[in-house]
Amino acid sequence: MTSTARPDDSLPQTGVERANLAMRMAARDPDGLKGVILQARAGPLRDAVVATLPAQTVRIHAGIGLEALTGGLDLAQTLVEGRAILREGLLDRPGWLLISMAERLPREIVAVLSQRLDRKGTGPVLLLDEGQEPDDRIDAALVERVALHVSLSEDERLQNPHLSAVPSSPFRGARASHAAEDTATLAALACRFGVNSLRAPLFALRSAQAIAGLQERDNVQPGDLAQAAALSLAHRATCLPDSPVPPDAKDSPSPNTPDTSRPVDPATVSDSLPESILLEAVRAVLPTDLLSRLAGGTSAVRRCASGAGQRKTGNRRGRPLPARRKRPSGRERLDIIATLRAAAPWQKIRRSAEATPGPRIWPSDLHVRRFEDRSDRLLIFAVDASGSAALARLAEAKGAVELLLSQSYATRDHVALIAFRGQAAELLLPPTRSLVQTRRRLAALPGGGGTPLAAALKIAGETALVAQRHGLSPALALLTDGRANVALDGSADRAAAQKDAQQMARWIYGLGLPGTVIDVGRRPRDQLAVLAALLGANYTPLPHAAAEGLSRVLHDSLA
Amino acid sequence: MTAFPFAAIVGQDAMKTAMILTAVEPRLSGVLVFGDRGTGKSTAVRALAALLPPITVVRGCPINSETPEAVPAWTSVAEAELKSRPTPVVDLPLGVTEDRVTGALDIERALVHGEKTFQPGLLAQANRGYLYIDEVNLLEDHIVDLLLDVAQSGENLVERDGLSIRHPARFVLVGSGNPEEGELRPQLLDRFALSVDITSPTDIEERIEVIRRRDAFETNPDAFLATWEPEQAWIRDRILTARRALDTIEVPEAALRDAAELCMTLGADGLRGELTLIRAGRALAAYEAAPRVVRDHLRRIAPIALSHRLRRDPLDEAGSVTRVTRCTEEVLG
Repeated sequence: MTSTARPDDSLPQTGVERANLAMRMAARDPDGLKGVILQARAGPLRDAVVATLPAQTVRIHAGIGLEALTGGLDLAQTLVEGRAILREGLLDRPGWLLISMAERLPREIVAVLSQRLDRKGTGPVLLLDEGQEPDDRIDAALVERVALHVSLSEDERLQNPHLSAVPSSPFRGARASHAAEDTATLAALACRFGVNSLRAPLFALRSAQAIAGLQERDNVQPGDLAQAAALSLAHRATCLPDSPVPPDAKDSPSPNTPDTSRPVDPATVSDSLPESILLEAVRAVLPTDLLSRLAGGTSAVRRCASGAGQRKTGNRRGRPLPARRKRPSGRERLDIIATLRAAAPWQKIRRSAEATPGPRIWPSDLHVRRFEDRSDRLLIFAVDASGSAALARLAEAKGAVELLLSQSYATRDHVALIAFRGQAAELLLPPTRSLVQTRRRLAALPGGGGTPLAAALKIAGETALVAQRHGLSPALALLTDGRANVALDGSADRAAAQKDAQQMARWIYGLGLPGTVIDVGRRPRDQLAVLAALLGANYTPLPHAAAEGLSRVLHDSLA
Repeated sequence: MTAFPFAAIVGQDAMKTAMILTAVEPRLSGVLVFGDRGTGKSTAVRALAALLPPITVVRGCPINSETPEAVPAWTSVAEAELKSRPTPVVDLPLGVTEDRVTGALDIERALVHGEKTFQPGLLAQANRGYLYIDEVNLLEDHIVDLLLDVAQSGENLVERDGLSIRHPARFVLVGSGNPEEGELRPQLLDRFALSVDITSPTDIEERIEVIRRRDAFETNPDAFLATWEPEQAWIRDRILTARRALDTIEVPEAALRDAAELCMTLGADGLRGELTLIRAGRALAAYEAAPRVVRDHLRRIAPIALSHRLRRDPLDEAGSVTRVTRCTEEVLG
């Protein structure tokens, strides 16, 4: 947290108080604000915040079934009573919806929830985000639709926070009025933090109105705008306000040392409001790791700022196949619907044959579920952009990767891109299906510097591990000239570099990763062939091949 | 819930044009809108439905039949009373099951009454209206295949659970998505007649205006709708007039030649490009009350009708819209 002067004395000092304020705001105007995302580990502090919710709050966990949310036929009850019993969906109930482990919500639940949030009359949601890893965040679609965001990470040791109970029903009166230029101020502020979505400034406006309302004022004051911006804009920031466009990572100033002496651009400042106050308010709650996120490239920024993880693209279930008539063995799951469907047409006949009530399910009705379990492929490209390789044929390697990308796009493969040059390797692009992004990232890849081959292999292995956990089948394509000269610790020791690279290669071999090594050096090198053998990968020396040829080799050896 | 008025949407002209064209000519069977979150994709779809004149349907008919004769035999519609209703817009959520989309055996009736009846799905509801898929690029493949099939034939065929049902399913498919999260398969891209890339407005005044209008709408919807009603009515009238005029719009030989030449130069696959170009050009001419399709119509339609049909050239840095515009300038002058 920064210790710079608070824009307003009434601004809650701690995350817990901010969370409490945000929840009371959402309770006041659920249609406008939709809810709160609370990023916090499970613990007494979070419990204290959650405990302020009204008693009739509906609590669900991420593993909830779609039917429980949207309602539908209650099978158990229907079977017992012999008549259709419909169950109300949890989403149809009024009041708060508390979702724990929201970062684990499956895609289809997110979709339904998003759809509901777009409508009026859905109770406010409190999404508990326990995600610790950067790729473990709440789905972007939800983050986009929920106005408020609070993180409790700073004050985990806080004792006895002062919290007020959250009202159970929304405020029905008129919203606080606001000055005409407030709209412009918030829109400008959103722009300066690189927030593109137009929902954000609108959320900020409604937040300011809610804050004014909670203080029983009927007009919005500058202090309200500052608090509102801190709660509804800060977490969406993709750049720091000193640079008008999302900056190229390294040049941006650290969020920990905000440079308040810098003059604020007069063109974007409204005359009636000190925008520095607003900026300060947002900055005060900016996540401290914003800089590191920026350093990870724009995708990391987008992902964290808006929460889009690549988990959802990875973990697709198999394509459902028609259920098969079969008695379930221990490993198969009964498909209840299919079973009932099979039994249904016979009910009249069977009913006359037996006397007990309820539907008659005969063993011949039983069906089991079947899925075509086909996991998606992830191609991990590790591209050598070191000085030696760049001289030789970085452009060709880029071209080959792009060609292959356009093919993988048709087969719906996922791709990840690792580049290594200078002191370290970098995951330029986490697993994605977006050709647009990959192409952009690849084109911007400069060449030069040493060859940290071991570091590249390490990142490749880690990426593969995560992918395997998400149910993908990773494969590795390493494009290098094999002149490893930077060791894992970043030192320029050729011998250590080779040793480290070989050690990493053995580790990757252990992961069972299929792969191919393309030698893009001017002359094929035995060393690289050895490395390929260690990796258990094909080795293809390509002394004189155009991008087209490279692409073919890659495709053939990974197919 | 009242929808935001279409006329009050700030900017996003390409998207608005594309949607109006599908309202004029429903055979332009789809619009793809790709862009960042919070750019007003869903707002535009819902706004369009509210703008369109209501349709006449047989009361209680699950597929929105226009006449009593068109009501399928499997429905339980008793009396053939007509009523008018807004153009349907059906949301197809991600993770939807095949059953929900196509319709399936009505399990409830089957269990309780032992009757084999058909429970219509989303495709039935969307008949004669719009089917809106948010994040279409993340939809499961088997659902996509199914949709393509139905959109192509205009008919939903259900062969399951011992049922054999077919019913008309003609709808305008509107898909939206965020290109950073993955792309569409070429087969799917090609089925959308028009495709628009939208971005958040970069002009601060435009952004402020968006928020100002949205705020005004949410604060006092009735007053806001009343303010915009004249302009809404004007657009609605133009759409209706254009629909009537559509068949009378002349497509001169020269326009056909232009379209063919443009598609050939761009290397667009198949003949669908030309067909869409001509259809969209005709709809645009009708909307603008022009008697025939002229070169200028084609020039303006080309980016949204062709940009998604180009062969992927991964080495070309310029976007496909730029390519189309450049090529259109070369060919059509």
